[in-house]
Amino acid sequence: MGRPEAPLVTRAQRAAACGLGLLVLAALLGPLLAADDPTAITDVVARRLVPPFGRDASGGWHLLGTDRFGRDILVRTLLAARVSLLVGLLGSVLAAVIGVCVGAGAAWLGGWVDRTLMSVADTFLAIPRLILLLLCVALWAPGFSTVIAVLAATGWMGIARLVRAEVLALRSAGFVEASRSLGAPSLRTLAAHVLPNATGPAVVATTLGVGNAVLMESGLAFLGLGVQPPAASWGNMIAGGRDLIVTAPWVALAPGLALILTVMLCTELGDGLSSPAASRGR
Amino acid sequence: MPSHLRRGVESVLLFGFVVTLTFVLAHLAPGDAADLLIPPTASPEDVARLRTALGLDASMLAQYVRWISQVLHGDLGVSFALGEPVRDLLARSLPITLALGAVSLTLTFVLGVSLGMWQARHAGGWRDRIASAATITVYAAPTFWLSLALVAVFTYIASRAGWPEAVRLPAMGWRDYRVEHAGLSGIRDLVRHAALPVLVLTAVGAAGLSRYARASAIALHREGWVRTARAKGADTRQVWGRHVLANARPTLIVLLALSLPGLVAGSVFVEGVFAWPGMGRLLLSSIGARDYPVLMGATLVYAAMVIVANWLADLGIAWADPRRRS
Repeated sequence: MGRPEAPLVTRAQRAAACGLGLLVLAALLGPLLAADDPTAITDVVARRLVPPFGRDASGGWHLLGTDRFGRDILVRTLLAARVSLLVGLLGSVLAAVIGVCVGAGAAWLGGWVDRTLMSVADTFLAIPRLILLLLCVALWAPGFSTVIAVLAATGWMGIARLVRAEVLALRSAGFVEASRSLGAPSLRTLAAHVLPNATGPAVVATTLGVGNAVLMESGLAFLGLGVQPPAASWGNMIAGGRDLIVTAPWVALAPGLALILTVMLCTELGDGLSSPAASRGR
Repeated sequence: MPSHLRRGVESVLLFGFVVTLTFVLAHLAPGDAADLLIPPTASPEDVARLRTALGLDASMLAQYVRWISQVLHGDLGVSFALGEPVRDLLARSLPITLALGAVSLTLTFVLGVSLGMWQARHAGGWRDRIASAATITVYAAPTFWLSLALVAVFTYIASRAGWPEAVRLPAMGWRDYRVEHAGLSGIRDLVRHAALPVLVLTAVGAAGLSRYARASAIALHREGWVRTARAKGADTRQVWGRHVLANARPTLIVLLALSLPGLVAGSVFVEGVFAWPGMGRLLLSSIGARDYPVLMGATLVYAAMVIVANWLADLGIAWADPRRRS
């Protein structure tokens, strides 16, 4: 009481958002600045495994060195950022859409629909996500769209629970009753009045989920079940550097650091979003 | 129905559902073990004969019924790829994973809770900020990448720079076959091999746990009874050790149970990178080889572990929080 209200957007959170923005920008523009085609394998013998800050035999300079096929690691890391960020974003947003639909539907309809949907969610929550991911990926051919679909299919349960709780709390709110008594159709009340007020925690969970999805994708790629080479993702770049860890540790270093930075920024952003929202709720 | 009985029934249903789902997903996947076991030059008749021998020619429902009745009779079947009884494979892998998990979980808990409480005591200060930055970084790092980084440092850099033997650690396997396994030298060898896998699992787990422990300790510290304890003259150590920690116990037990799936996932990667012959490796190789008996056996064990952990957490909460005992 009497304490100044926490600012809606904290400094750390703004910094995290800026960082993510820069990362996306670098991923979009970076590869365009590359001297030659970043996926092309040219003179392997002259250019392979150049250490960071080194020059290859033909005089090209590589800030982060090259991999075993002579491809520039900086360019490939930025190229991989496109794939990894897109997979993470699409995977978690799709999961959020499913979660919001299931959670809101369960709370709004109630009764056996609610009980069924929530027991399905609880069941999925009880299985370790990685095991579910592995099984589902084994079902289809591994690749870009498979990974996104599987991330969405295994990531919606937490958000469904959050949204359900919010919608249940809002069902008897004054403005919802008002909308109903004015004769608005049930679905319109849900979409126009309840959902906009119920999605706060879901937004936070989705932000955190992006980081988690990027991590999951990299894990699958490391096991050879994610995005397939020659397309670059951070996970398959690390996997490619695995047996070079003695002779050329920089191959696995750069994509790993990029991955850590991304997940950290998502966590920071999500935490920042959740704290003022939580304190406002009290 | 009493609540713990209902929980029990729910757990059994959940167990059945998880196992059935796995069975269906595995059998819906295109291709089967017969395609992978037989050389591509084999005649269609040979493929068909192998499929019959493995029981893969029956319908999915028939296979499911046969598998269930086998399991209920205590028989988990024989591995397609290895020709060994699944029970023996599990009996060999499970202790390795359990030991790795139990040691890591204990260390995770001790380290994570102490770090979180210590941060809460210094909340907002520079020590808290440094620790928060460190835990966020470790938590954001993929397990397999951390494992590779540790191998790079403690195996390769260590041997190149000639570090003392105590910090020059093996990168692979869980024991050295040149070392006598009985007695002290065997134990020493095992500890040296376990150091890096345990370090990775503990670091990742503790980084996650400490963030929750910190938040929960800070919230508890604002409670009225903490002020009362202070007013009675309890010093800082007593307040944190007796009042805050004691009240954080139920939360911590829930976190312990919740960190189990993460540990399972972590062990899959850690066993992969460090080549430990545990459950994670067994599961991965069985998925790759479409080795259904092994895959289903491993799923049974994993599902049972997670469900039992959740159930124990419920019991633990009731034990730790007298207000919920009735």
